[in-house]
Formats: sequence, C-alpha cells, structure tokens
Amino acid sequence: MAEQIIEFKVQRYKQGQPAPTYQTFKTLCDDNTTVLVALQDIRRDQDGSLVLRHSCHHASCGTCGMRVNGKEELGCVVKVLDLGTSTVTVEPMRNMPIISDLVVNMEPFYDRYNAVGMPYVRQSEYLDEADLAEGLEAYQRYENCIECNLCVSGCPIMGSDELYLGPATLAAARRVIEEPRGVPTKPLLDWVDSENGCWRCHVAYECNTACPSEVYPGDQIMALRRDLTKRKFRGLFGRGGKG
Amino acid sequence: MASFHAVIIGGGGTGAAVAHDLTLRGYKVTLVERGEVTSGTTGRHHGLLHSGARYAVKDKESAVECIDENMILRRIAPGSFELNDGLFVALTEEEANYSHEFIEACHECGIPARRLSAKEVLACEPNVNPDVIMGVQVPDATMDAMRMPLRFFATAKHSGATIKTYTEVVDFIKRGNAVSAIRVRDHTTNKEYEIGGDIFISAAGAWSGKIGDMVGVEVPIRPSPGVMLAVRGRLCNMVINRLHASGDGDIIVPQRALSVVGTSSWVVDDPDNLGLPRDHIDMMIKYGSELIPGVRTAPFRAAWSAARPLIGPRGADTGRELSRTFKCFDHADEGVEGFVTITGGKATTLRGMAEATANVVCQKMGLEIPCGTREFTLLPHTAYYA
Repeated sequence: MAEQIIEFKVQRYKQGQPAPTYQTFKTLCDDNTTVLVALQDIRRDQDGSLVLRHSCHHASCGTCGMRVNGKEELGCVVKVLDLGTSTVTVEPMRNMPIISDLVVNMEPFYDRYNAVGMPYVRQSEYLDEADLAEGLEAYQRYENCIECNLCVSGCPIMGSDELYLGPATLAAARRVIEEPRGVPTKPLLDWVDSENGCWRCHVAYECNTACPSEVYPGDQIMALRRDLTKRKFRGLFGRGGKG
Repeated sequence: MASFHAVIIGGGGTGAAVAHDLTLRGYKVTLVERGEVTSGTTGRHHGLLHSGARYAVKDKESAVECIDENMILRRIAPGSFELNDGLFVALTEEEANYSHEFIEACHECGIPARRLSAKEVLACEPNVNPDVIMGVQVPDATMDAMRMPLRFFATAKHSGATIKTYTEVVDFIKRGNAVSAIRVRDHTTNKEYEIGGDIFISAAGAWSGKIGDMVGVEVPIRPSPGVMLAVRGRLCNMVINRLHASGDGDIIVPQRALSVVGTSSWVVDDPDNLGLPRDHIDMMIKYGSELIPGVRTAPFRAAWSAARPLIGPRGADTGRELSRTFKCFDHADEGVEGFVTITGGKATTLRGMAEATANVVCQKMGLEIPCGTREFTLLPHTAYYA
C-alpha cells in the first residue's frame, strides 16, 4: 500500500482577522485517504480549531465543497495521492462570505435556491444504470442536486454579479419546469427570463465541470433558453399563450 | 409554560430531535456542536429508514421501535424519503427456511412482510443474484442521512432554538453536585465563553463516553464503527438485504444514482480515529456482489467508516452482540444533578429517543408537558439555512 507524507496548505480565517492566511500541515496519506479525511486527521492530531463542513463522506450530502489545488471539489471523493502533487492547497469555495477557515455561509445560496420551491424527491425518472422491471416505469428517488454550491463557486459571473440567480438555482428552476406536478410554470419561466436569469450566463460551463452530481447546470441553463425561445416564437405566431 | 433553559451537547440527529421536542414543550433551548450539524455519525450512515425487519428475530425491542418511528417519520417528514420498500433475499436453502421464522417475527412486531417467489423478486429487481430462491418485502425506505435530521434542526431553529455550530465544549462547571454551565470554545473566533443552563443533555452519540468523562460520570457506550462502500449506478430500486441474522455486507441501499453497500462492525476507543480497514472494503464488495453481482463491476465512488453509538460495557467485542435500542441515563443516580445522557438508538428512532429524553427532563424539572412531535409536520431541510 502506497503511503506518503503530504503537505497541506490550508487557507485559515477566524472572525475578526483582517484577511485570510495560509497554514501548512504535514500528514500521512495512503491510497484511500481522501482530502476530507486528511483534513479531519489534521484537526484531530494537529489543530483542533480547523473549521470545515462534512457529513455523509460519499458525495450525497454536498457539505464538504472546497477548492482543492484551485479546483471545485467535494473533499470526500478526492483521493489525496491521486492528485499527484506533494503539496495540496485547500481553500474555501468562492463567491460566498467566509465564516471561518474552509466554511462559507450558505444562506445566500439557499435564499436564491429556495425561491424555486423544487420538491426534494423526483416523482419519476428513467435511469439507465439498471434494467427496469415490467410495470416499473421509473424509480422514485432524490433529486440529483446536493446543494453543494460548487457550481456557484466555479461560476465566473457569480463573483462579479451578486444579483445573478446562478447555476444551481437556474438548474432547479429547469427541473420544476420539466416536472411541474401541477405547478404553473409561467411564473418560473418569467422569473428566469431576465437579465439576472438564464440570459446572464456567459456559457463558460465551469458549473458543468464543478458539478459532482450530474446536474450539469450549464446544460439546464441552455435548456431554459430553448424553452423561452420556443415560448417566444409560439407567442409571435399566435399559437401559444398558455406558457 | 416552562422557562427552563435546556442545553444540548451534540448536533446529530438525536440532538436535533431533542431540540425540536423541548422547544415544542416550551423550553428555551441552546444546542452546541463542535463541527457542522450532522458531522458525526448521523450523516454517515447508509441511509436506511428501518422497517425494523433486520432486528425482528433477535432484537424485538428495537424492531418495534423502528416500525413505530418509521410510520411517524413518513407522516411528519413527507417528501423526505425514497419510498421504495425493502427486500430480503434468500440465496441458500437455509436462508429460505429462515424466512418462516423471519416473517413470523416481523408480524409479531407489527411489521408488514410479504413473501415473494424468486420470479417475483427478479421481476421487481432484475439485478439481484439470479440464484435467489425467494424474498420478503418489507416497508424499509431510503432516507437522506443528512437532510432528514436537518428538518428537525430547521423546525427547532424557526421555533426559537439556538443552534451553535463549530462550538466545542471544553469544560463543565458545577455548583455543588449539579452541572450549572458549560465552557465552550467558538472555533470560528477562537474565543471561549460560558453557557449557563438549568439542565444539560448529552446527545453526543459515539462521543457521549468522552462527554461523560468530562462530567465525571460513567456512560456505558461503545463506539462501534462499520465500513460502507458507495458505487456508482442505481443497482436496485428497493433496499436489498440478505435474509439471515445480521452480518457483514448484507445490505445495499440505493440512493440517488448510487448504491451503498453496508456494513461491518468492530469496536474502537476513540470515535475520532476509526480508520478504514481495507479488508472491510473488500468484504463489502465480496458480500455485496453476492446480493447484486453488479456491485463488483460498478465504478467506485467512496468508502468510509461511521461509528455507531452502541450501549454496552466499554469492553464489548465486535458490537454485533449489542442491542440497537436506546437509553436515557439520568446521572442523578451517580450523584450528579442537572445532567442526562441519551445514547444508543439509530437515525430511524431519533424522534422517539427525543421524546424519551424530554420526558426524563420534564420529570426532573417537575413538569408535566406532553410530547408534541408525533403529529408536528417538520419544515423542509432547506429552511435550516434560510
């Protein structure tokens, strides 16, 4: 089993401090050690004041979003030795207020995201990972989005425009439009059809790269644009009106 | 209404449910957690909403608790579960014979259990081992291990409870023989301060032995970790269990587009140092692929350990022999007032654990206030951060 001492350069910040600083720790990693576990080891053995978020340890809760060597990642599924760097730089997500060390304040995320009102369980969906039995049209399962904020951290627009609804919120809006369950979709389409909505995106697709959970927000934003364009043309030719 | 201040130590599912229960009963509630909420054992379990069937034969008390709380949670946390049921599959004649005792025990505990032929099993779950002999369907479900408890936090918070995360207890302060305050360190500021209260409740789960040591009371808790493995791909719709007495690698919980294989069991002294035994991961692949052969070829997503807080002497062996039930300890019996511990149990029974704890607290305070959580619909998890 491969074992290696790895240097972690961790961004530190405590409230009241003028600006974040970096602190370096060394810790032993084997080929199963994830960035999250390495940080927990550092907290246990070297510095109990290291603040980080984590919960499920298998990429389903979305709490351990961070930047690892400058890339948006869930720390729980990145194996340290796979990174191939002797120093691993760990920083909090961007475009959010920092609470302390690696933890950002998630309230702005939920303020936008909750406005969509997306139910948390999908009503129906086909999945191609397993054969489906006859009479069993679809699985009932949780939404893919794990509210990790990595797409928001990766988005080049979010940093300069805090009014932008952002990739996670727009993707959630698209899900409700796709599966409305009796909810009128017109108000949602009107909401995203604005300068702070789906037209604000610069199509950098950083959100698609950052997404650990197959939501692909960039694709969803493009789908919203198609929905809106269709609606506009229907209106122009007088065949629509129902939204 | 009561105006007592209850201070809860531990922000897992149990602490969340106790905060919600005591808030509803009119207490002023403060909860402290050294990390993010659900960062201990709570968020890390495989995500099974137990029907109780796993315990029906050997641990009836836990089984009955599970089915009761399963039904209550479906009611008070609508939209929080993948309601896909559970399936126990027999792969040997011995296991098929065991089904009679198993179904009878389920029925004795009030757990609906339906016998399925091999053909019916494979019709529902085409990826199950084709050598399956028969199966039993029970009302298990998948829960989001973090977001379901988060609904208790959200509801408690919006009813007035104060939740202090990244706030670690560093000392207990006593007046005479009673705990009167805790000294905490806020890791976001590195500052220490005291929180006074009328009653202190340890809901620290696998860490409750450590908290007990700080107070000077004996909490018979055994941190008993298990390894879980998540593979990509939804290999089953229902929760697939092996039809036998609980053992290693005998459950696969589907969740989102993942399949989670669990679990093993051993015991440790330090719940912060679980390790991740490689042979246990291999065991999950070996036994998991007996249930669903696709486990062996599915792409790896994650492997991790989580520590169950099992009640038992600190010297217990593997953890398998310990009951999954819960217990509330009033440490007045050991001469310490103002301090109780709730531990044991499991995510499925968090509400019941909180009810039992709040009853003990009310009794200590000389109050008779009924529990209100059985019918109280919880706020959505997203309300916690908003």
